[in-house]
Amino acid sequence: MNGTSRSHTLVAMVADHPGVLTRVASMFRRRGFNIASLAVGNCEEPGYSRMTIEVRGTDDEVKQFEKQLYKLVEVITVRDLTDVSAVQTETALVRVRVSAADRPVLADIAGIFHGEIVDVGRDTMIVQITGVSETIDRFLDVIAEYGIDELTRTGVVAMARGSKAARNGSARG
Amino acid sequence: MTATESNGSTNGAVPARSGGQVICEAILAEDIDVIFGMPGGASLPFYDALYHYQDRIRHVLARHEQGAGFAANGYARATGKVGVATSTSGPGATNLVTSMANDHMDSVPVVYITGQVARPAIGSDAFQETDITGISIPITKHNYLVMHADELPRVMAEAFYLAKSGRPGPVVVDVPKDVFLEETTVPAPDRVNLRGYRPVRAGNLKMVRRAAEVINASERPMIMAGHGVDISRAAPELFEMATGGNIPVVTTLHGVGGFPETHPLSFGMLGMHGLAYANFAMGETDCIIGLGVRFDDRAVGKVDEFGPNAKVVHIDVDPAEIGKVLDTEVPIVGDLKLTLQALNPLIEHRERRPWMAQLNEWRENHPSLDIPDSPDTVLPQEVVRSIYDASGGDARVIADVGQNQMWASQHFWYEKPRRFFSAGGLGPMGYALPAAMGVQMGAPGEPVWCVTGDGGLLINIQEFNTLAAEKIPVKVAILNNAHLGMIRQWQQFFYDGRYMGAFLDNPDFAKVAEAFGLRGVSVSSRDELHTAIADAHAYDGPVVLDVHVDRVENVYPMIVPGTGVRSVIEDPR
Repeated sequence: MNGTSRSHTLVAMVADHPGVLTRVASMFRRRGFNIASLAVGNCEEPGYSRMTIEVRGTDDEVKQFEKQLYKLVEVITVRDLTDVSAVQTETALVRVRVSAADRPVLADIAGIFHGEIVDVGRDTMIVQITGVSETIDRFLDVIAEYGIDELTRTGVVAMARGSKAARNGSARG
Repeated sequence: MTATESNGSTNGAVPARSGGQVICEAILAEDIDVIFGMPGGASLPFYDALYHYQDRIRHVLARHEQGAGFAANGYARATGKVGVATSTSGPGATNLVTSMANDHMDSVPVVYITGQVARPAIGSDAFQETDITGISIPITKHNYLVMHADELPRVMAEAFYLAKSGRPGPVVVDVPKDVFLEETTVPAPDRVNLRGYRPVRAGNLKMVRRAAEVINASERPMIMAGHGVDISRAAPELFEMATGGNIPVVTTLHGVGGFPETHPLSFGMLGMHGLAYANFAMGETDCIIGLGVRFDDRAVGKVDEFGPNAKVVHIDVDPAEIGKVLDTEVPIVGDLKLTLQALNPLIEHRERRPWMAQLNEWRENHPSLDIPDSPDTVLPQEVVRSIYDASGGDARVIADVGQNQMWASQHFWYEKPRRFFSAGGLGPMGYALPAAMGVQMGAPGEPVWCVTGDGGLLINIQEFNTLAAEKIPVKVAILNNAHLGMIRQWQQFFYDGRYMGAFLDNPDFAKVAEAFGLRGVSVSSRDELHTAIADAHAYDGPVVLDVHVDRVENVYPMIVPGTGVRSVIEDPR
């Protein structure tokens, strides 16, 4: 019952019922799991949603978390993508305080990180940046000296590589 | 709700029924003949439906919704059916919360039908409006707010199926007042099909073979049997495994009776107030065979000293329990009965003479259950022994929470499952009296004894009224020590005798019982005790025995919290 704590990425397919997010969030909180991010949206099947959950913990703790998630009647499948080949990405919107003179510099930096300037105000700019979380972290670090006025991140969404049929052991049966 | 999960097949349209009728029909389809509840504004239409079903569904009016909930728990545990409790919205529903949490901790199947304010009023902070589905999420297996009568046939079928299948538990069905009245022509589904819920059946065969290898190779195995033995009706298979393999058995509080306690292979209950030798065994075993257990902290104590050199074979229907507390050598997710049926033929009979000699030496030298001499006072243990003697050991005993619970588990030898009932996980004082009501309704004609402390009795004493009105012949033995006894014991042990909030200034319970229309008897000597218990046992109505017991008797053995199974405090006398 030990091991080192690290970040895990879990993907769950859940019924699109009222209250399902409350059930999942309630279980997180009650069992003391430390959720780093949670993203929910429609999926390929009508009536169901897909959640991507980033949770910190030892492998044993996260296994327990996965089992508790499975126990919720409206949770259909859960998969831990941490150690499998998967695409992981998130998007951030950052409003940076920036003078007219500094705009070109900031635009350059955003460009290097494949960010996009989606709004320019008198003394601010909004940058939209999409990528793995570490890239966004590095971008934020680089522009910190200009002053971040507001930041919002979507949380990670993730998907395993390869076809569903090629994978094994994801559905409970 | 969407239609995506309602893919159970149906029979085509049927005549229109109200939502209330649909619920009554669903109750009947489960072969449930008694439900417990208290009406209110939002549930009046349901009561109007019940009015028309009263020849087939007996409604027992509890005097507090918590009493209704605990009674439904007792009924479910006594019968193996699903219990049903009902209340109105708001305070009615919140009064059921403790009972829901209790069912959830103890894996007891109860369906709660709660009234809700009418649909147009939901979300408006209407009179007696409470979000009971929101409140009950962490303390139920599942819950529903039913917004259309057309959903009710499916929801009721799912609710009963969820409650009783897999690891059982409570399910709340919250029904707005106008949905009870709304009509539907949707039939009940033939079967339930929940995509996200597929309880496992028999355990994986490869793991079963591995379990047999580990068990057969062990020199000092112990079976630890829990509530799953009763839930899965696996007592015969447990008996076969223990006797077939010559493997000794300890039980958890909820496992009591899963294996006959007078059998030579029975080493009693383990845990904080378990028998010394049961706990010693768990310290020294080299193979823990956990059957339908969750390795609760009250049973295990300090994890590091619990079978530190043991390989763990764990069979449970709930995958989340496996590996939760102990590192598990052989995890098997499966129904216990089916899994043991596969495992038992692979278990070899082995003598294991040194281990058996060691266990019997501990049992000889640490008897744990001797009742000391007490010339001037009646000891509470004697009350339990007296019930054992008077009933020939075949009473159903429902304990409350605290000292009485431990004595009731220790000083009676339970030979069968469903003879000892107790609220083990949540530990709600006030459980015993209403639960005994439910057990008696589920086991008519059988002797049912409620063993309670004075403190716990007062929490739901209003149910004396229900016993009298419904003529439910429960025998109540109050172990009256004028204290919250376990509080007093802990303050003596761990707070240097600084007693705070532990003393009870009780009423005369015999008179209280008489005022409620029950037979009430006050007992304060040993001679009176045996006569009063024998008389109560022979009487065909409800009786309350107010037994004035020694005020400062402690429960032994005791493992101090945070210490291990070898650090047992045995009776210092």
